[in-house]
Amino acid sequence: MFSPEIETIDRKQLREMQLERLKHIVAYAYDNVEMYKRRFDEIGLKPSHIRTLKDVALIPYTTKDDLRDNYPFRLFAVPMKKIIRLHASSGTTGKPVVCGYTRNDLDNWSTCIARVLSMAGATDEDIIQVSFGYGLFTGGFGLHYGIEKLGATVVPVSSGNTERQIMLMKDFGVTALVATPSYAMYLAETARKMGVIDDLKLRLAITGAEASTPEMHESLKQIFHVFPTENYGLTEVGGPGVAGECREKAGMHINEDMYYPEIVNIEENKVLGEGEQGELLLTTLTKEGMPILRYRTKDITSLTYEPCKCGRTLARMSRIVGRTDDMLIIRGVNVFPSQIESVLMGMGELGKSYEIIVDRVNYMDTIEVRVEVLDANLLTDYSKLEELVARIKHNLRVVLQIDVKVKLVEPFSIKRAEGKVKRVTDLRKK
Amino acid sequence: MLVKQLSVFMENRPGRLFKLTNALGKEGIDFVTLSIADTKDFGIVRFIARDNEKAYEVLKREGFTVGQTELIGVEVDDKPNALASVIGILDEHNINIEYLYSFVLTNHNSAKILMRIENTEEAIKVLENEGIKLLSEKIL
Repeated sequence: MFSPEIETIDRKQLREMQLERLKHIVAYAYDNVEMYKRRFDEIGLKPSHIRTLKDVALIPYTTKDDLRDNYPFRLFAVPMKKIIRLHASSGTTGKPVVCGYTRNDLDNWSTCIARVLSMAGATDEDIIQVSFGYGLFTGGFGLHYGIEKLGATVVPVSSGNTERQIMLMKDFGVTALVATPSYAMYLAETARKMGVIDDLKLRLAITGAEASTPEMHESLKQIFHVFPTENYGLTEVGGPGVAGECREKAGMHINEDMYYPEIVNIEENKVLGEGEQGELLLTTLTKEGMPILRYRTKDITSLTYEPCKCGRTLARMSRIVGRTDDMLIIRGVNVFPSQIESVLMGMGELGKSYEIIVDRVNYMDTIEVRVEVLDANLLTDYSKLEELVARIKHNLRVVLQIDVKVKLVEPFSIKRAEGKVKRVTDLRKK
Repeated sequence: MLVKQLSVFMENRPGRLFKLTNALGKEGIDFVTLSIADTKDFGIVRFIARDNEKAYEVLKREGFTVGQTELIGVEVDDKPNALASVIGILDEHNINIEYLYSFVLTNHNSAKILMRIENTEEAIKVLENEGIKLLSEKIL
């Protein structure tokens, strides 16, 4: 265990710590973030009204749209001078969601990740390959510094070039892999084809950035001979490190000293109890750069507060069972159909008829956008159609940061139900 | 002076060409020419019908995306080097042909060549100066 004093804390003591931190962060957000001050004032709420943990329910939700509306830095609670790192992930339209970190935030973040790694079974003896992309994405750098904090050896290989990744894994004696579950599967398959599975020292697959299924973990175990775990996080509250699975694989332990979790029924605006399924809300308890109160993750899960067999007393969240919005996760990247729509509608020659097909081929997510060709001017010469495809691909790449297959189809070939086109078909096995 | 051609967007999958030819056949519309350029996923079907206007209406109604393009048509003797001499003229004037197809009609001793050229006006001028016989829609 990386932080045994926290991870096995007496829950009464934890609640006292959470309350103290909650009171602080609420006052801090109110005093330093204009949006929170305005929100509180509108409903006559004062930070001093938060007297117990239950009072968190008085605070309005924060949504992804709030982050978009305050793009890029208006939710920051400190002057830019204090922010020493920025990360970002995709928003619902063209603009990304930004997160800013102070030095303390980065320190707490790596602590959270070091804990998650240790929950997964990693120690300072491990050599850990990070196959997450390095860049604005929180995954690469987040895990990187967490591994350093744990004291293990980090191999920052980043994403892509699968065969080279496997070569390095073999040559460096890598013992743990950090990747999306689908990329881990792809690596496993490729390693098998290369016939090098037995030459690998790999023992752990630490998967995140997209939800994994028990079947994927089972295949990883079978092919790669590793112990797979999953972990959870999102850019809006700082990135990965919110929660992670331990060797018991009985839910993901939430770093409750840093994040206060609630499960809410949004329609009824009601906080749900232990074991009940609903949307996960997260309040950052220690963030200085960008404190976030009751963030609507849109992820559906449930919580249990029973101590785990591993000895940890931190609450556990179940696997994500679904989402309350239409966000797709493609190869670990968040994609909203609305982003695709805004790209297509921004191109004059395209009509409103398009559909998005998501599938998984060779363990890799694929996304294809089908667009009906309605403009006869495109037919005068062949290269116009090819140019159109290239331009759509390019524009989607700019906004989504991933490659999308684009297919031109005949008018009226996209199925319509009661006149409405079904926009998204997800063929990936659940 | 120019020949009208219809262009239809078509996905490259079974049954699509039948749908198009059948739609026109049922209406008694006869093809004069038909040419298909394709890639992996889609192609453009280019054709001239006896009654282009009617064909255009029918296909519109059937939900196809149909465009109209003007081609330069020339008639050459059905013998070796006839095509080369026409292309040579365009070549001399640095005029590029985007695509071309040819056909022979029964009872004619000549071959017809249809060309899509970006700078149509210049091409017509050049060909006429060289005494090349240009086709109009009627001759088809």
